[in-house]
Amino acid sequence: MSEQINKQLSEAWQRFILALPYTWLLIFFLAPFAIILKISVADPILAQPPFTPSFGDAGELQISADNYVFLLTDKLYAITYLKSVMMAAIATLFCLAIGFPIAYGIARSTPGTRNILLLLIVLPFWISFLLRVYAWMGLLNNYGVINNFLMWLGVIEQPIPMMYTDFAIYIGLVYSYLPFMILPLYATLERMNLDLVEAAQDLGATPAQAFWNITWPLARPGVIAGSLLVFIPATGEYVIPYLLGGPDSLLIGRVLFDEFFINRDWPLASSVAVVLLVLVVVPIVILQRNQARDAEQAT
Amino acid sequence: MTVDNETHAFIELRNVSKHFGDFVAVDSVNLRIEKGELFSILGGSGCGKTTLLRMLAGFEEPTSGRIFLDGVDITDQPPYERPVNMMFQSYAIFPHMTVEKNIAYGLHKDRLPKDEIEDRVGNMLKLVKMESLAKRKPDQLSGGQRQRVALARSLVKNPKVLLLDEPLAALDKKLREHTQFELMNIQDKLGITFVVVTHDQEEAMILSTRIAVMEKGRFEQIGKPKVVYEYPENRFVADFIGTINTFDGVVQDAQSGRVIIASDESGASLYALSDSPPAKGSAVCVAVRPEKIYISQNRPDNSEDVCLPGVIEDLGYFGNISLYRVRLETGKIVLVSAQNRQRTIDRTLEWDDEIFISWRPRSTVILAE
Repeated sequence: MSEQINKQLSEAWQRFILALPYTWLLIFFLAPFAIILKISVADPILAQPPFTPSFGDAGELQISADNYVFLLTDKLYAITYLKSVMMAAIATLFCLAIGFPIAYGIARSTPGTRNILLLLIVLPFWISFLLRVYAWMGLLNNYGVINNFLMWLGVIEQPIPMMYTDFAIYIGLVYSYLPFMILPLYATLERMNLDLVEAAQDLGATPAQAFWNITWPLARPGVIAGSLLVFIPATGEYVIPYLLGGPDSLLIGRVLFDEFFINRDWPLASSVAVVLLVLVVVPIVILQRNQARDAEQAT
Repeated sequence: MTVDNETHAFIELRNVSKHFGDFVAVDSVNLRIEKGELFSILGGSGCGKTTLLRMLAGFEEPTSGRIFLDGVDITDQPPYERPVNMMFQSYAIFPHMTVEKNIAYGLHKDRLPKDEIEDRVGNMLKLVKMESLAKRKPDQLSGGQRQRVALARSLVKNPKVLLLDEPLAALDKKLREHTQFELMNIQDKLGITFVVVTHDQEEAMILSTRIAVMEKGRFEQIGKPKVVYEYPENRFVADFIGTINTFDGVVQDAQSGRVIIASDESGASLYALSDSPPAKGSAVCVAVRPEKIYISQNRPDNSEDVCLPGVIEDLGYFGNISLYRVRLETGKIVLVSAQNRQRTIDRTLEWDDEIFISWRPRSTVILAE
C-alpha cells in the first residue's frame, strides 16, 4: 500500500518539476507574446494605452491586419529585415570561423591551461556589455586608438573611417557574441575521443579529411547550438548598431525601438516584433526537425 | 621486391628512442619481427610499450633511430601513408557511422570501386561474424561486438602489419578467453603480422609466437613464451611473468655443469645446472617456479635434488591446483603449487604440517642481476 502511495507521490512530484519550466514559459514568454500579438492587430490612437481595444463598445471584434499588410508592402521594412538577418548570419559565420579553432585549442590543452583559457573567455562578462561596446567606440574612432596607432606607425596619413559603418557593427557583433559560440563548441569538442581522429588517419585519411569526416560531424551539435545562440540575439540586436553603426545602417532592432518610443505606434512596433520572431523561430524549427530526423535515422 | 630474410627482418627497429621532454619513454631499442609473427610487447603501465606501438603506427615520431617495414624506411611516413593499421584500446569506432560504414571507411579513403568495397566489407563482416548487425550504430553494440568491428575495420585494408593496443583489456574474463583464440585463428587465416601490446602476461603467453618483455623503455628479454617463462634472463622478467621464488646466494662450486650455491635464505645448498656457470665466489640470484617444486611429508631420498625442510604456513585450494606457502627454517617463505590429481575430500597436508620441499637441479634458474 505505502509503496503505491510513494509511487503516486513521486509521480506527482515529477509532474510538478516538469510543470515548472512550462509555467515559467507561460508567464514570461507566452503571455507577453499574446499581448504583443493582440496589440499588433489593433490600430494606433492618441490615448492611454495608445492602441484600440480588441472589442468595441458593442462587444464586436475590432482587429485588422493593416499593420502586417503595411510591413509587407513597404519595401523599407523588407530590406531592413533582410539586412538584419544577413548581418546576423555573416556575424554568425565569423563567430564560427574564429570560435571553432579557439574551442578546439581549449579542448585539446592540458586541464590546467584549459581552466585558465575558459576563464579568459568568460572574463569579459564581468564588465557591462554597454561599457564594452563604448570601449569599441574609443578604439574605432577616427582619432581612436587604432587610427592613432596606425598614423603613428606611418602606415596611413588620414584616419580610416571605421566608426559608424557596417564594419563596426560586425566587429561589435562578433566580439560580443563570440563566447556564446565558443562555449557550446568547447563542450562538444572536449567530449570527443581523440583516438577517433587518429583512427581515421590510421585508415588513410589525411588530417584535413579526418577533420571533415570525423571532427566536424561530431561537433555539429555544438555548431548548431553556438550558431543559434549567436544568430538569434544578433538579428534583433539594438545597442551595437545604435552605438557603432551609422545613421544609414538601419536594422530591425532600431526600427522596432523607433516605432515604439519615437512614433509611439505600438501596434506597428508589435507587428514588427511578431514578424521578427517568426523570421527567427522558423529556421530553428526546421533545424530541430532535421536533428530529430537524424536522430531517428540513427536508431 | 624480394626481401632477403638474412639481412632484413619484416619489421625492424634500429636504435629507436622517444623522449618526452626529460622523460625517456623508449630508450634506444632494437627489434626484429619476422613476417607472419604474432609478436607481443609485454610490460607494466608506463614501460613505453604503447609509445613503441604508436611509433610503428606513425602517431609518434622517434627522437632518434629508424623504423623499417619490409625493407622500406617508414620512419618519416605519416600514419595515413603507412601500410599498417591499428586497433585502438578504446576501439575508436566512429559513433556517427554504422558498423558497415566504419569498416568501409579505410577503403573509401583509398578510392576503391564501390563493388570492391562492398565485397571486402562483406567478407570482413563474415569473418568477425557481424553480418546481421551491419546497419547498426555503434551505441547499439555490446563491448564484444565493438571489438569485432574495430578488428574488422583495421583488417579490411589488408595491412602488412596489424597493431593491437591491449586488444582484450576491455572484455570480461570469459569473453576474453574466447576472443584470444579467435584472434589467433584470424591471424592464422590471414597471415598478417600482428604486433600486440599488453600488460597481461597470460594473454601474451597464449597469443604470441614471441614476447618482448619491456621495462623503463628497454627490452629485458625477447623470446618464445616458453623460453621467457622457463629461462628468464633476469630477476625482472622472472618476477613479471608468472610467480617465482628467488634466493640470493654465492656460487660455492661449479663443476661439469653442476653449480652449487650457498644461500643464507634457503638454509641449505641449492643446485643448478648450467652450460656457462658463473665464476666461483660470485653472488647470484637463483629462482624456481612454484609448480616445479615437490612437496612431501618424508625426506625424498634423491640426494641430487635440492631439498629443504619447512612448515606449511598457509594453503589455498583452487580446484585444479593447491597453493602452499611454506616457511623454511630461515623464515623465508616459498610458494609451492601442486596439481590436485586425485579427488580427495580429506586433504593429506594441513596447516602447520612439517614437510619437505624439493626440486630437480635443472628446474633451478640462475638469473643475471
